[in-house]
Amino acid sequence: MGCTCCKNGNSALNAEAKDIISITGKEKEKTIPILQEIQSRKGYIPEDLLREVSGVTGIAVSDFYSVATFYSQFRFTPLGKHLIRVCNGTACFVSGADILFDTLSDLLKVGDGETTEDGLFTLETVACLGCCSLAPVVMISGRVYGKQNSDSVRKLISSIIADEAKGEKTAAEAGQTGGTA
Amino acid sequence: MNNQLLKVGLGSCGIAAGAQDVYNYLSSDIDKNNYPGLDLGKTSCIGLCFAEPIVEFHEGDKRIVYGNVDIKLAEKILKGISTGVLPEENRILEEKGEGKRVAADDNIVKYTGRQVKLALKNCGIIDPESIEEYTARGGYKALEKAVNSMQMQEIIDVMKESGLKGRGGAGFLTGQKWEFLLRAKGDKKYLVCNADEGDPGAFMDRAILEGDPHVVIEGMIIAAKATGAYKGYIYCRAEYPLAVKRLHKAIADAKEKNFLGEKILGSDFSFDIIVKEGAGAFVCGEETALIMSIQGGRGMPNLRPPFPAESGIHQSPTNINNVETYANVPGIILNGPESFNKYKSGNSTGTKVFALAGKVKRVGLVEVPMGLTIREVVEEIGGGSSTGLPLKAVQMGGPAGGCIPESMFDTPINYDSINATGAIMGSGGLIVMDASSCMVDVARYFLQFTQNESCGKCTFCRIGTKRMLEILERITTGSGTIKDIDMLEELANHVRKTSLCGLGQLAPNPVLTTLKYFRDEYLAHVNDKKCPAGVCRSLIEIKIDPDKCTGCTLCARVCPVNAIAGERKMTHVIDSGICTRCGMCIQKCKFDAIYRI
Repeated sequence: MGCTCCKNGNSALNAEAKDIISITGKEKEKTIPILQEIQSRKGYIPEDLLREVSGVTGIAVSDFYSVATFYSQFRFTPLGKHLIRVCNGTACFVSGADILFDTLSDLLKVGDGETTEDGLFTLETVACLGCCSLAPVVMISGRVYGKQNSDSVRKLISSIIADEAKGEKTAAEAGQTGGTA
Repeated sequence: MNNQLLKVGLGSCGIAAGAQDVYNYLSSDIDKNNYPGLDLGKTSCIGLCFAEPIVEFHEGDKRIVYGNVDIKLAEKILKGISTGVLPEENRILEEKGEGKRVAADDNIVKYTGRQVKLALKNCGIIDPESIEEYTARGGYKALEKAVNSMQMQEIIDVMKESGLKGRGGAGFLTGQKWEFLLRAKGDKKYLVCNADEGDPGAFMDRAILEGDPHVVIEGMIIAAKATGAYKGYIYCRAEYPLAVKRLHKAIADAKEKNFLGEKILGSDFSFDIIVKEGAGAFVCGEETALIMSIQGGRGMPNLRPPFPAESGIHQSPTNINNVETYANVPGIILNGPESFNKYKSGNSTGTKVFALAGKVKRVGLVEVPMGLTIREVVEEIGGGSSTGLPLKAVQMGGPAGGCIPESMFDTPINYDSINATGAIMGSGGLIVMDASSCMVDVARYFLQFTQNESCGKCTFCRIGTKRMLEILERITTGSGTIKDIDMLEELANHVRKTSLCGLGQLAPNPVLTTLKYFRDEYLAHVNDKKCPAGVCRSLIEIKIDPDKCTGCTLCARVCPVNAIAGERKMTHVIDSGICTRCGMCIQKCKFDAIYRI
């Protein structure tokens, strides 16, 4: 059974939308869990899928959009391959988090929330990662690197770029404290 | 055969410091080589964040705690277990029991000596994913007592007598709040646990949820029993995936044991708990905004009254308490209100959990009895300044709180005394600042945070905080005037008076407290165009002292923007136009030849 709301309905998209709501439910109260499910599958909120989900739930696209733009978790563009999150919690702030961000921003030529042209990195600040004893902290692809400075973050990025060039999947450790969080 | 146990602290902060790698190593080595009688266990945050990763060895009454454990030390520990002689490392934090060789690390004695663990009773001791370990330490006994032998009003009376106040920050008497819900008219009553811990630099609630999820769940079930609520929500910050995962498991386990769900412990009382993940909006910590978010909308606050106790989720009576508040409930019910209110200072009872961080030697999660002074927490528990520079202030209460200067560190910790300083108790973030922190920049930092998180509903919060931020940006970049300071104060008071919710009402606090206690720093920025702490980058320059420079070239090599020039063995010079004031050269210089001015 294809989409009933338009003639050009994409049946794969429709199946995915139904699969999403089979997990989350489709009541209005489930707006945020639905958006979270879409983003965990796609890495962002793609418009075509959102329209399809709107069709199967009966929740207006504008309602979804209104909620999605309110919360900082949701994004409308795809993420880069490596997500760099610079912690800007108070403990990191007093230990020089702004310098880490500026260093990375200069190096990668992107601002907060932006992705590099080659799609390799997305840079963002985050309110607090809660690893205050390791301040200042940067998280790259889920791994926390503590006690950073502008020199060490540059080395981290170069090692990732070098690994990418070698075709390796994961970033080297560059001698930093770190674990997946 | 001896029963030996190795336990690794696997809270988020431990994992970030590398505890998972240590655990994986131990687990694979134990699988590979046979260690008869040795078990490997997990626990969560022990509170000693400054010494993570932590591994504990237990055998009978013997207990050795190792801090800063890496794979190498883990290897030595395993070797020690097989030979019967555990390594006598300088990384032993604590040793107890027969054959003890190392005196307890003085740091740990001081760190733990002043603390009283009520809410954190099980954190760092039990495996948070094991309901058996929770019940073995008296878990769900309070629920049994409440269900089998207490009336609703009786539970509320005990809570009122204990004097427990809401630990989320507002400090409203918990028993009284419950009583409002009990008296409210309505068939369907809701409970909410506010676990949307959004203050930057605060991780108390996360540590409790990760380390002892059952205590929060038990607290909620008792609250439901006392108030007649039929359904509960735990609204948890989405950035806490480990807490969410452990909550789900704890809820499923509690249901299986009939502590939760239909006809709890064979009584007529039924209650269910649902975990809701937030999506990143600081304002959702405000109770009316949180309710909007649970209902699936934008988390924007509403005017009170009606208070949630009358009209909350789906217009039904609702009670909202914070994680730490619920975590205190089982202990109070089981051990009586005296077990809690015997710790008393001013009008506050019990203990408070703080996330102690910033420029202090021992960063960690601490729980202290009311009445301890800020100085005792910062200097005795925290070990004083980590940098050697004199301490300047503590920031309490996050973006809604304020800065308390060193001269007032003898203030006892209780709701009234802290409020009297202009700061607030808040949810428990306690950030220590030393002479290298610029208080104007700190105010700008917090205002930038609240400005960004303002939901936009109230004009003064939306635009007023924006204008305040612009003024602070002018001051920190050297273009501020004396008039700006007056305007800042005037705006701060307007924003405070004309905002609907706590976010806007309290947003000016960091500005007002720094103006009150550190006005000279504002004046230095405005009049002298100087940042006394050497932080505001537009107002400082980095220079090399020609008398001290040996021409080692190290600074030139570490400078990320190549702003330093000089031949080997010749005095180096920094090009101020290129220099970004990142301070790398200062950190690296071995001769103290580089300074900020």
